[in-house]
Amino acid sequence: MEVRRLGRVPYPEALALQRELVVERQAGRIGDLLLLVEHPHVLTLGVRGDGGRSHILAPADVLAARSVDVFETGRGGDVTYHGPGQLVGYPIIDLNPDRRDVHRYVRDLEDVLIRVAADYGIEAGRVPGLTGVWVGDRKLAAIGVRIARWVTSHGFALNVTTDLDYFNLIVPCGVADRGVTSLAALLGRDVDGAEVETRVVRHFGDVFS
Amino acid sequence: MATDVVMPQMGESITEGTIVRWMKKVGDRIDRDEPLLEITTDKVDAEVPSPASGIVVQILAKEGETVSVNHVLAVIDAPDAVAGAPAQKAAAVATAPARPAQAPAQPKPAVSMDDAARDRTSPLVRKLAKEHHVDISQIHGTGISGRVTKYDVLDYLEQTGQAAQAGRAGLAKPGDRVEPMSVMRKKIADHMVLSRRTSAHVHTVFEVNFSAIAGIRQAMPAAGKPTYLAFIVAAVARALRAVPVINSSVDGDSVVYHKDINIGVAVALEGGLIVPVIKHADTRDLPDVSAAIADLAGRARTKQLTPEDVAGGTFTVTNPGMLGAQFGTPIINQPQTAILAVGAIEKRPAVVNDALAVQTMAYLALGFDHRIIDGAVADGFMSHVKQALEHWGPEPA
Repeated sequence: MEVRRLGRVPYPEALALQRELVVERQAGRIGDLLLLVEHPHVLTLGVRGDGGRSHILAPADVLAARSVDVFETGRGGDVTYHGPGQLVGYPIIDLNPDRRDVHRYVRDLEDVLIRVAADYGIEAGRVPGLTGVWVGDRKLAAIGVRIARWVTSHGFALNVTTDLDYFNLIVPCGVADRGVTSLAALLGRDVDGAEVETRVVRHFGDVFS
Repeated sequence: MATDVVMPQMGESITEGTIVRWMKKVGDRIDRDEPLLEITTDKVDAEVPSPASGIVVQILAKEGETVSVNHVLAVIDAPDAVAGAPAQKAAAVATAPARPAQAPAQPKPAVSMDDAARDRTSPLVRKLAKEHHVDISQIHGTGISGRVTKYDVLDYLEQTGQAAQAGRAGLAKPGDRVEPMSVMRKKIADHMVLSRRTSAHVHTVFEVNFSAIAGIRQAMPAAGKPTYLAFIVAAVARALRAVPVINSSVDGDSVVYHKDINIGVAVALEGGLIVPVIKHADTRDLPDVSAAIADLAGRARTKQLTPEDVAGGTFTVTNPGMLGAQFGTPIINQPQTAILAVGAIEKRPAVVNDALAVQTMAYLALGFDHRIIDGAVADGFMSHVKQALEHWGPEPA
């Protein structure tokens, strides 16, 4: 599977790129691929209801002062935060014809990230009813997926060295009573982002091969 | 040939999906594989493409509705089967065969005049009609598009004499307790009715953002910290100076513009209320206003007010928000011409710079005498108050 490591990409550019690639994938002009990016500070909203707008706790002037943009997306889920130190993966994969199960797809994404955490000696897992990857009652990685004619977009956001303080701007994914964490916070040391990327690519290949 | 669009099977363990939004509406043309709607299931959103080209002739599930897999969501029909000319299309769509078992989104047809009238009345009106055993369909509606309003029901009852009967029926049945009014109760009762008869009461409600004041209060030491009410009284005093007609009285055919700004603050007492007056409120600074309110309220509750304390008011502030009211529609304290009711000051979601934020908010309602105060003047006064409170400074220009 093709992997494109794009580094720091503004959220709207990544969104536009995904939309193009989904059309290309639907038309069969490209194969399955995985985009890996990091975003500048941004809050993204889902499509349901108010998209999680009510879960933004900070007033607009606070967001502006901290250079945090707000974008509407086409993905499922509630409001979430992206920013430096977070590895964001956007798989553009055609689930047709033999992987047509969105639950299985989400569970597979979780599986990739659980394996990455295990590489660092961290026991991560699932919480029934709450999509994402959790360590205890703290969320290590968020998942939000969109499917169009069985082609996937959006994906996962793994906190590597994310400044977790930014999550205080929101109620992450509308779940108020649980916190967030990162690999660095769990390990109590700095973590090399490139190394995490490499591990994500390897496990992604294993799970989705 | 009509084609059904069903809730797709998005996975083995998935039995239902929720409709996020429809991208087409009834009557729209759609191509095969063009997205028709979006559904969601457990953090995954999916587009549902149309299985055929044609016209959307039926949409059978609402946005937000959760529907089981394989349930019919919409019907697509070939354009020629619907109609050629656009004018006929609408008619054909309207007469498309109904599917009663699968039509939760279809509006229920009105089955009788009563139902039709009922659909257009508020719960209050229906309750009122039910209490008096009145058939709403018998009442002529004067509201929007012939809607039957509360007043229509009351008028109807008055005409038919039912209101009088209903009103008397509840008085002093066996076992009820009858107690003469206290002197204070009687005075309040007379005063309220007099005021209602005297002034042409109108109310206007402003929402005020108290977040700036909340911040100022937070930074103050706890001892002697001014209450929100003190800020409001001080802001009102300044606004009264700017809009003198609010600080007036009616004397026969004359309007008396008062030189002094004396603000009464209603204090609830057991079995009634009293309105001690802060004299020359516009000449006092915030700590002084705050101390005066605390002093008067304390003495009101311990019954140590002097007649002088309750005389000479030119405007009144009442605080139903203290007990949780969002806003009140107060009756003017005669011979004054306006009264301000302060609603609950509480944290609420509010839009600030196009984003939702938690802000300290309250509704301030002004009751004013429309005989001498025009709506624009009252609202001008209220915007002075709002401005002073939202941009609090020691002495704003």
